Amino acid sequence: MNIPENWLRGFVDPKLAINKLAHLLTMSGLEVESCRPVAPPFAGVVVGEILAVEQHPNADKLTVCTVNDGREALRVVCGAPNVRAGMKAPLATVGTVLGSLEIKHTKLRGVDSQGMLCSARELGLSDDHSGLLELAADAKPGSDVRKLLQLDEHVLTFKLTPNRADCLSVLGVAREVAALTGARLKNPEVKKIKPGDKSRHPVRISSPEGCGRFAGRVIRNVNAAAATPAWMRQRLERAGQRSISALVDVTNYVMLELGRPLHVYDLDKLKGAIDVRWGRDGEKLLLLNGQEVGVDAAVLCITDDSGPIGLAGIMGGESTKAETGTQNLFLESAFFFPEAVAGRARRYNFASDAAHRFERGVDFENNAPGIERATQLILEICGGEPGPTVDLVKRLPKRKPVRMRVARAQKVLGIDVDAKQIESIFRRLAFSFRRKKSEFIVDPPSYRFDIGIEEDLIEEVARLYGFDNIPAHPPRAQAKMSAPSETRRSLHAVRERIAACDYRETINFAFVEPAWEADFAGASNPLRLLNPIASQASVMRSTLLGSLIANVRYNHARKLPRIRVFEVGRVYLRDPAAADGPLTVAGLRQPVRVAGAAFGPALEEQWASPARGVDFYDVRADLEAVYAPCALRLEAATHPALHPGRSARVLIEGSAGSGHVGWIGELHPRWQQKYELPRPVVLFELEAESLVQAPLPRPSQPSKFPPVVRDIALLVDGGVPAQALLDAAQAEKPPIVQEVGLFDLYQGQSLPPGKKSLAFRVVMQDTERTLTDAEADAARDALVELWGRRFGARLRA
Amino acid sequence: MGMQDRVGMKDLDAIVGRAAAEFAAAADPAALENAKARFLGKSGALSAFRASLGSLSIEEKKSAGKSYNSAVEKIEAALEARRAELALAKMDARLAEEALDVTLPGRGRGRGGLHPISRSWRRIEEIFASIGFEIADGPEIETDWYNFTALNNPENHPARSMQDTFYVDLKDESREGAGLPLLLRTHTSPMQVRYARAWVERFRGAPKVPPIKVIATGRTYRVDSDATHSPMFHQVEGLWIGEDVSFADLKGVYTDFLQRFFESEELEVRFRPSYFPFTEPSAEIDLQFGSGPLKGHWLELSGAGQVHPQVVRNFGLDPERYMGFAFGSGLERLTMLRYGIDDLRLFFDGDLRFLRQFS
Repeated sequence: MNIPENWLRGFVDPKLAINKLAHLLTMSGLEVESCRPVAPPFAGVVVGEILAVEQHPNADKLTVCTVNDGREALRVVCGAPNVRAGMKAPLATVGTVLGSLEIKHTKLRGVDSQGMLCSARELGLSDDHSGLLELAADAKPGSDVRKLLQLDEHVLTFKLTPNRADCLSVLGVAREVAALTGARLKNPEVKKIKPGDKSRHPVRISSPEGCGRFAGRVIRNVNAAAATPAWMRQRLERAGQRSISALVDVTNYVMLELGRPLHVYDLDKLKGAIDVRWGRDGEKLLLLNGQEVGVDAAVLCITDDSGPIGLAGIMGGESTKAETGTQNLFLESAFFFPEAVAGRARRYNFASDAAHRFERGVDFENNAPGIERATQLILEICGGEPGPTVDLVKRLPKRKPVRMRVARAQKVLGIDVDAKQIESIFRRLAFSFRRKKSEFIVDPPSYRFDIGIEEDLIEEVARLYGFDNIPAHPPRAQAKMSAPSETRRSLHAVRERIAACDYRETINFAFVEPAWEADFAGASNPLRLLNPIASQASVMRSTLLGSLIANVRYNHARKLPRIRVFEVGRVYLRDPAAADGPLTVAGLRQPVRVAGAAFGPALEEQWASPARGVDFYDVRADLEAVYAPCALRLEAATHPALHPGRSARVLIEGSAGSGHVGWIGELHPRWQQKYELPRPVVLFELEAESLVQAPLPRPSQPSKFPPVVRDIALLVDGGVPAQALLDAAQAEKPPIVQEVGLFDLYQGQSLPPGKKSLAFRVVMQDTERTLTDAEADAARDALVELWGRRFGARLRA
Repeated sequence: MGMQDRVGMKDLDAIVGRAAAEFAAAADPAALENAKARFLGKSGALSAFRASLGSLSIEEKKSAGKSYNSAVEKIEAALEARRAELALAKMDARLAEEALDVTLPGRGRGRGGLHPISRSWRRIEEIFASIGFEIADGPEIETDWYNFTALNNPENHPARSMQDTFYVDLKDESREGAGLPLLLRTHTSPMQVRYARAWVERFRGAPKVPPIKVIATGRTYRVDSDATHSPMFHQVEGLWIGEDVSFADLKGVYTDFLQRFFESEELEVRFRPSYFPFTEPSAEIDLQFGSGPLKGHWLELSGAGQVHPQVVRNFGLDPERYMGFAFGSGLERLTMLRYGIDDLRLFFDGDLRFLRQFS
């Protein structure tokens, strides 16, 4: 909302420079976004009367004008297309500085020019450079254009919070200024206009829960085509309202001045009595903005015998609108309850000044004064004969007295504000109140819709006391010890672990391209956004993998050869079985996942190690480091995003359910091709919950006796997973066997076809004594026998 | 006797001198061993002398034997010294050969890093944890009730248009939900409601509910996308409810937080009245640096205020007895100011050239 300074100062005029005033308002809760002068600070621009216009002898597009500057006739060369004899326009006299341009007595194409005739843009008033800025015909030649156009003022732009609807007008802001500065509020000049005849139009309120009050007045024989006076046009324009026609301008003017929305009907277009009622299914209405809307029982309408003729408190209809040919009119000044208007305009996808005000609350005591003010302005501009103001009151908002205890205010704010100070604050706010010892009972004014409970008054006290004057208490807290758990890592610690494995964290949008869900999650029914910002961000991801592939692509396109990224974020999964809980929402699960992608060389290119592409086992080692001390197990399985022969489930012992905590694998070659990646990407995606577990170490006493080591090289079928042999050994090993580890894999020409060789190192030890060779050999033989029996493994010769 | 005097003693001195010279001339251990044999070997220079001792008298033998032993010792000492010298020279040669170009880069695994938003996130949690705040988390797809209604922002309230909400194609079928679509939380405040309700439930029946002190950080979403707005962003939410937690405490805690976060006492914090449905009085918190490129500008940072009595009631507490403050700050904003980043979009591009500067 924009408020021109002079308009405001007409209501209240504190001895305060405009910038100081703007700051004061900002610090009391009416945020002033900007406070800018309406014109740059030039001097020497006067009203020039153009006496004669002649063609420039040496230039087709220029004219030579004779201009009266109030003292003498000057010769001025001009290039404006609209210049004509008899017109008045701003004349920048010699010596005037406009921006970086200094006006000099000069020769233009050989003709003397003693000044410059100006457009609005040349004066810095607007972007209009279509021609000279035409001044009022009665402007006195030689008079200062700054005075004439009231250029020595500022426009304040407010960013108002929704609770302060009472400040959506010059009067409202003026009330606030008076409360803050103590300057006197000059009451707006609203005289009751005596009716000239007895014309009235019948009004009925069938739905008083929506429309509590309806004041109306007939005015006959107006000249609706009359021009809006310059002063009104100027104020409206500076307030951000385009001038439209005299009648519309008057209603806008009164709305901006008093915060009182009005509507003008063409009386002769009304069919029977006006009735304010809820809409009915099937009813339609063509609005003033050209939009046709259907209404229903949730939409309050102004109707006549023809049906709805306007959306109550939002916008009038086309069928009864006042136009320049309108002769007789009917003025509406109603009160609609906020709940009857709120959300309706949004439902129809538009906004209006009236709806903006009514849904926040409009003063229900200024209906008649609003009509009187509008009548006065209409009579001045358009003439006409007013009928009586008929003020139909059905139901008004209750203004219950609100109690505020001094002690409560002190406690909530943490200050020692006393009753006397509070009394002075309420007085400045022009609240009507009673004081009972240390309590105040306040009757909220009709224009305030934000004072219903004690805290509302405490807020008023705080605002006027000044937030700056409230001290900042240093934090006080019980010295109670707290420390992060040793057996649960924070996700921050998990991030650090992954970063330590040379992955860099990215943060990606939770809404993604539908194709990613199909490709990387095989999801045919992902959660969809009802109102996405774009189709490529329209479904909620059920996997982080798509986003990471996008990260890889983005950086690959920027020529980065080696890309390793990870993300920690939620995924969103439909789950009809999921119920509402303290941390859950029924119908879906939203677990946090940790996912990563590695692409390009295993190591940063360097002199010391041969270049090699990253592979499955590199990333597996990363996961082992991240999970340590928990051991992870992999189990071959297929996943829509991954290469079917190079993907695995990740299992962690002790994790919930089956212990399945995620996936690791190479991007499916199909997607590698589709997403135009020249090399494989190794991916992982894990449940964050599995990564935060950090079992407490439970160490055992190291043996005092030397270990015995035996190496066993086996020949097995190529398809037998190494993990199976290890698991079998773990389950059935002789007690003296401490560790069985795989240390070599060989697959080559020298082996029988379809076979591979696996070499295990077996460490044996006893806690009580030194083992003999015979005992060690027996244990080794037991393992070989076990592997032979279970997997057909033979010792490799 | 005469023979000894004539040749014996003089010869010994000469032999020792010669041995020392030949050892010194030996360029490697093999040459040194050869030289050793020439003096100390069976047919070495000293053997002849030793053989000649047999013909001497007891007295003469005694004195000549002494001289002989002394000569042997001297030669052996010279030999040992030369051996050590040669070993040292050999080691020196090997060390010289083994010298590395120590300026070559190190081998092996590199190190990644955390996203700047995560850095701030962690830091903020640490700062608040230092005065006893707990850390909470909560769902991002929320119900209308938790995101709005519980926070005193009922349907159709004009304050809802302050936040343009994303909705998903799933409805809240609970009694409170009344079939309204689920939404992406527009702020982190629903987490404070969830945490507070769970806390109050925990102490149901106790004579007093201990203070609620919690920080909840996470992703939030609004339908807004331009150079200065991202449809996804992060907020950090703080809540402190007790029996006498006042607005002045809010000012103290938040000011202290900012000074710790920016590691500067040279900043000014300003609270000015604002409006949020869930706090009253409500404040907008602005920050001004005392130095640096942003010196002298007020920067909007945070919304805050005393928790609205209706919200306290929705926590399950009596607002007559319990009161306190809440605040919500933009993590992107804090992070941009902390590191001097001026383009919000950098956070979500995944551009490693930007991200690798945070190591």
